[in-house]
Amino acid sequence: MSNNKAILLLEDGTLFTGRSFGAKGTAVGEVVFNTSMTGYQEITTDPSYFEQILTMTYPMIGNYGTSSDDWESRKLFCSGFIVKENCPFPSNWRNEKTFSDYLKENNVVGLEGIDTRRLVRHIRTQGAMRGIISSSELDINKLRKKLDAYPGLVGRDIVQHVTLGKSYTWTKGVVDVLTGQECKPKPVYRVIAYDFGIKQNILRLLISHGCKVEVVPADTTAAQILKKKPDGVFLSNGPGDPAAVTYAIDAIRGLLGKMPIFGICLGHQLLGLALGGTTYKLKFGHRGANHPVKNLETGKIEITSQNHGFCVDINSLKDKNVELTHMNLNDNTLEGLRCKKLKAFSVQYHPEASPGPHDSQYLFKQFTDWMGKARKAKK
Amino acid sequence: MPKDKSIKKILIIGSGPIVIGQGCEFDYSGAQACKVLRKEGYQVVLVNSNPATIMTDPEMANKTYIEPITPAMVAKIIEKERPDSLLPTLGGQTGLNTAVALAEMGVLKKYKVRLLGADLQAIKKAEERDRFKKIVQDIGLEVPKSGFAHSIEEAMKVMEQIGFPLIIRPSYTLGGMGGNVAYNLDEYKRMVQWGLDLSPKRQILVEESVVGWKEYELEVMRDRKDNVVIVCSIENLDPMGIHTGDSITVAPAQTLSDKEYQAMRDAALKIIRAIGVETGGSNIQFAVNPKNGKLYVIEMNPRVSRSSALASKATGFPIAKIASLLAVGYTLDEIPNDITKKTPACFEPTIDYVVVKWPRFTFEKFPQTSPELTVQMKSVGEAMAIGRTFKEAFQKAIRSLEIERYSLDARHIKPGLNDDQLQERLRKNYWDKLWYVAEAYRRKYTTEDLFELTHIDPWFLNHIRDLVEMEKKLFSAGLDKVSNEMLRQAKEAGFSDKYLGIKLGVEETVIRRKRLQAGIQAVYKRVDTCGAEFEASTPYLYSTFEAECEANPTTRRKIIILGGGPNRIGQGIEFDYCCVHAAFALDEIGIESIMVNCNPETVSTDYDTSDRLYFEPLTYEDVMSIIDTEKPDGVIVQFGGQTPLKLSKALHKAGVPIIGTSPGSIEIAEDRKLFNKLVEKLNLLQPFSGTATSYEETLKVARKLGYPLLVRPSFVLGGRAMDIVYDESSLKACVDEALEVSGEHPILIDKFLDDATELDVDAISDGQTVVIGGVMEHIEEAGIHSGDSACFLPPVTLKPETIAEVKRQTRLLALELQVKGLINIQFAIKDDKVYILEVNPRASRTIPFVSKAIGVPLAKLAAKIQAGMTLQQLGFTKEVSRNHYAVKEAVFPFLKFQGADVILGPEMLSTGEVMGISDDYGVAYAKSQIAAGCNLPTKGTVFISVRDADKPRAVQMARKLHELGFKILATKGTCIELIKNNIPSEFVRKMIEGRPNVVDLMINNQIDLIVNTTVGEQTIRDSFPIRRTALDRQIPYITTIRGGLAAARAIEALQNEKLTVKSIQAYYRK
Repeated sequence: MSNNKAILLLEDGTLFTGRSFGAKGTAVGEVVFNTSMTGYQEITTDPSYFEQILTMTYPMIGNYGTSSDDWESRKLFCSGFIVKENCPFPSNWRNEKTFSDYLKENNVVGLEGIDTRRLVRHIRTQGAMRGIISSSELDINKLRKKLDAYPGLVGRDIVQHVTLGKSYTWTKGVVDVLTGQECKPKPVYRVIAYDFGIKQNILRLLISHGCKVEVVPADTTAAQILKKKPDGVFLSNGPGDPAAVTYAIDAIRGLLGKMPIFGICLGHQLLGLALGGTTYKLKFGHRGANHPVKNLETGKIEITSQNHGFCVDINSLKDKNVELTHMNLNDNTLEGLRCKKLKAFSVQYHPEASPGPHDSQYLFKQFTDWMGKARKAKK
Repeated sequence: MPKDKSIKKILIIGSGPIVIGQGCEFDYSGAQACKVLRKEGYQVVLVNSNPATIMTDPEMANKTYIEPITPAMVAKIIEKERPDSLLPTLGGQTGLNTAVALAEMGVLKKYKVRLLGADLQAIKKAEERDRFKKIVQDIGLEVPKSGFAHSIEEAMKVMEQIGFPLIIRPSYTLGGMGGNVAYNLDEYKRMVQWGLDLSPKRQILVEESVVGWKEYELEVMRDRKDNVVIVCSIENLDPMGIHTGDSITVAPAQTLSDKEYQAMRDAALKIIRAIGVETGGSNIQFAVNPKNGKLYVIEMNPRVSRSSALASKATGFPIAKIASLLAVGYTLDEIPNDITKKTPACFEPTIDYVVVKWPRFTFEKFPQTSPELTVQMKSVGEAMAIGRTFKEAFQKAIRSLEIERYSLDARHIKPGLNDDQLQERLRKNYWDKLWYVAEAYRRKYTTEDLFELTHIDPWFLNHIRDLVEMEKKLFSAGLDKVSNEMLRQAKEAGFSDKYLGIKLGVEETVIRRKRLQAGIQAVYKRVDTCGAEFEASTPYLYSTFEAECEANPTTRRKIIILGGGPNRIGQGIEFDYCCVHAAFALDEIGIESIMVNCNPETVSTDYDTSDRLYFEPLTYEDVMSIIDTEKPDGVIVQFGGQTPLKLSKALHKAGVPIIGTSPGSIEIAEDRKLFNKLVEKLNLLQPFSGTATSYEETLKVARKLGYPLLVRPSFVLGGRAMDIVYDESSLKACVDEALEVSGEHPILIDKFLDDATELDVDAISDGQTVVIGGVMEHIEEAGIHSGDSACFLPPVTLKPETIAEVKRQTRLLALELQVKGLINIQFAIKDDKVYILEVNPRASRTIPFVSKAIGVPLAKLAAKIQAGMTLQQLGFTKEVSRNHYAVKEAVFPFLKFQGADVILGPEMLSTGEVMGISDDYGVAYAKSQIAAGCNLPTKGTVFISVRDADKPRAVQMARKLHELGFKILATKGTCIELIKNNIPSEFVRKMIEGRPNVVDLMINNQIDLIVNTTVGEQTIRDSFPIRRTALDRQIPYITTIRGGLAAARAIEALQNEKLTVKSIQAYYRK
């Protein structure tokens, strides 16, 4: 039992003791929770979880194993993973390896067997906070020191650590899980996608909506983009504090009005900042697949996938010629904005889902519609 | 969209009596609808024939009609009440079918009533299997191959196209009634015939079998702005081939990855939109091929269902309540989430626990029928358990069932079972298959072997393997060797103190003490719809063994109400009704009510019913943990039937304050010797009786008393293993069974009073004053279980002085036992003498019926007495007398059990009840028969065959039927007797007398009514085909002369006057 021990220490001194699974080791990060009942593999590979220790509110994780088809990026980005009970005997026709082996091979420290609901309630009431997870070092004082040295997310640009750093062309479309068929129409539009930590399902959906996609590093300048004369620019999701990614905000300012721009999550926050708004950190963020968002234009509700700790201040966009398009019904925070004149729109949530509901995929269609209109206007 | 102000008056149709496939979940949904619609300012008119429901309480609707739910009767209600709208989706299949019939008859159009929620088109698209399949295929989804058949010939053609195995589903039946799986031609032909006979439109669907595939359900909600949410996903442990109502199910889905789950979700959204369910909840079932993930759409219910009740309890999202609000125009984003208060209902609940539902069966009551589970539902109830892990929830679910099983215990495997037999059990879908799975693991079977044999997903199998391995470690050495760490792990995996005690050879209290000393105690978590993302303001709790407790008990004065657990024959909705009233009563007098129950179908487990809800098994351990946490001022054990009563002794011993009638008095009533002393002391009469603990002792008693005898175990409800024995030759088998059921208690042997009139009396007492609630005269004679007997309130054949004597004795007994609350006494009247059969110092099954008949909520008053008030203070000191008659009739599940006999006896077999009410007792009885689904003919031919003892009164009955214009057919003895008495009758052959015989005539539709009384095993066996044919062909069948006399009276009433409807509020006004 003791050699299997693992612990989580929070910055306020709260200690959780459980068992180790996945990789052995020590990791620091911001401790956050996600309320999705499925999709743990997509979550671990979502670059937006960089420098975060994640706990799932659903207690039994690993039930359906892992599959090479369910990756959302090139590697696992979260620094630690906490569950109530890890399943050592997954059952699913697509399963290739257990979740524990998958974490181990990809060097993510896991902790199981703690009262995760207590941890979630603690974060809910006290706010997301820094923590250290370890299965290799159990001396609290040593862990404390390491934890104290960790600066946290606010004010730091961590996008630079997750962006690939080189351009590449993406070619795969969405594959139907039931039929195995790939949706890949003939490309009509050329899209440049900023990689601030992009999820691959965004790229797949762009392909499936008739786009030819080139992915570029986070620090690509506006001039470099303009030279390529794309039909549209996509601003991806990504980790950390948007205000610290100043080079991206500058680049967006240089691109605004030149071609249609679509942003998701961090991309939305960066667009908001570029349009003159401000951002702030939420107490514990939105992470899950059940958040209701109202489309203010149609009045309809979308059940959305979310993963963000920062948020565009809804009041900061007054008098900025920005339309507010989407609202979160749980806490009335801003979920979407649009600037028709500048041909830019963005949403805070994840219309690409993966994991999560497919209610909001119409936004990709909207993006191609806008690109079509822009093309016509040029002619 | 705000609410629709053009709606003023809404008609809600309930689901009628509790039957297999339609349980008290529709009382839960209907009661929620009534409450919320009235709160919104609408007038609500309700019709339901079931008096045991909360929804038929007079304060739930503006007008409540306890009338038969037939299109003709509901049309009369519409004509009288003129509602502008009808909400058809809350009363189960009965409500939906009735609404469809009313629409097709033109009634809705004539009176300008519009259907809310789902219009006729949408209902038909979902309900008519061929249309549904076509729509599903048109939107790009797959369905099993199938074809319809209206005859054997057509069925043979379909078979040739698809091939075996085949599923046969009769159209338009309830709970999959008549559904079967055929593996060969013989079976197929037989099942097709049965299915055609059962279908009201003689139509069956023959379907490609996906037996062995994984089965899932999604609960979907839609509003008129086309917002759609999935409330809950459910995965069945039992694969396709077993009705979902009979399957062990788990929420949320466990073995679907996000991609697969979202594909299913997309399919559900497409389906609800294509079908066009405008607002409300629907349930959609899917099958998934475990080898490749292929997804088939199986079916859809465009209404609230058993599964939606389960989903509501599993997530804290009240589907029926929200569906009602959506029906009157609100949209999901306008409705607040009840539990968080701050966030809207437009979201998808996420849960941070595992829910396991386990069905409860009563095959022991129908020994002639196969206990195999198929596509037709056979379970009579269910328990739900919540835990933080599957293992915990799974084991809590087992002990919630109250079947004396606490885990997958090896003791329940027959000793000497060989490997072939074991594999046979694993292949067959008996209800107790999982015990054999555990046994197979003990015998070193692998998960692969077991998957091959059972098709249960390896995920579930491996959890069972883990439990078996854990057990081995725990029990390999004695209690001393079990470390605190091991004990903690065992508790986390859901092992009960009781089971650990049994296996380690100690009392469960020893385990309890040991773990409490080690600091291992249950904590409580909240069901909050959101995985703790938001604060929960509703105390809906479940136990687990973890670090943090969120119970957060108050310091108010508080009382715990122990519920009745899963429904079963003998203990059902009537007891839940009483528990709910107890909660309402406590609320009215400012005491905090805390409900403990584990039945997801009920109103008692609606978090709205009590101040605090603990969704927990009703065992000593689970209840004690709650008591330790809450420290209540009192615990009520009187209302939940036998379940809490069984616990009362142990709870009392542990120092728990049980309020109301003392445990000592309860003991006197249950203990035969103590009770005999009491009867003697009060100078009352009871049938001569004795007790025994062995066959030899019984024989001695029997020889002393003489036959016939009534033999039964003590401490059981519903007459389990109770039998009337006419001679010594049949004594042995009966005693053996009674001894087994009785366990450590002796069996009871009574002199059986042949042909006595039985009475049930319900009364209320505060220890000083006793008020009679009602005296009910049974239509069937003593010897037929009171739960199965129809009864009149007030009595119709008894002398006033007899009734007065019965009331005097009731008062005497209530005072002597110092009853604080309710008391039920059963009497037998023979030759004007009053005999006491049984005293129950608790809420009885008839309390809701009596309360509805007299218009006084007896259970509520009783709860207030238990909380310390007096009848004087409550202003109820005088018996209520009314000018109308109320008749209770029982409803039976025989049709669901192929081969079961319909004959009644001392063991209760009915699942539900209906009430007929009228100023005329014949009409009241007629209504009760119509409501119970027995359509008494007003003309035609009656077949009469009676035992010798009944002949004099059979003459009286036959004369009446003759005068009413019936042609009479009779068997030899009866025929001679009738002709002797100048009643024209024709001779007809019995089965054993050659052909054509009575069964031939029945099949040829030449008989409209049957009266057949029997005695002795041989005649009962001989006449079985008559009864079964009558049942399958829906010919009214009466097994007692008294029943025949009442039927004659009802037929007369039906001939003389049209049935009218009247609300219970109007009956009470007089």
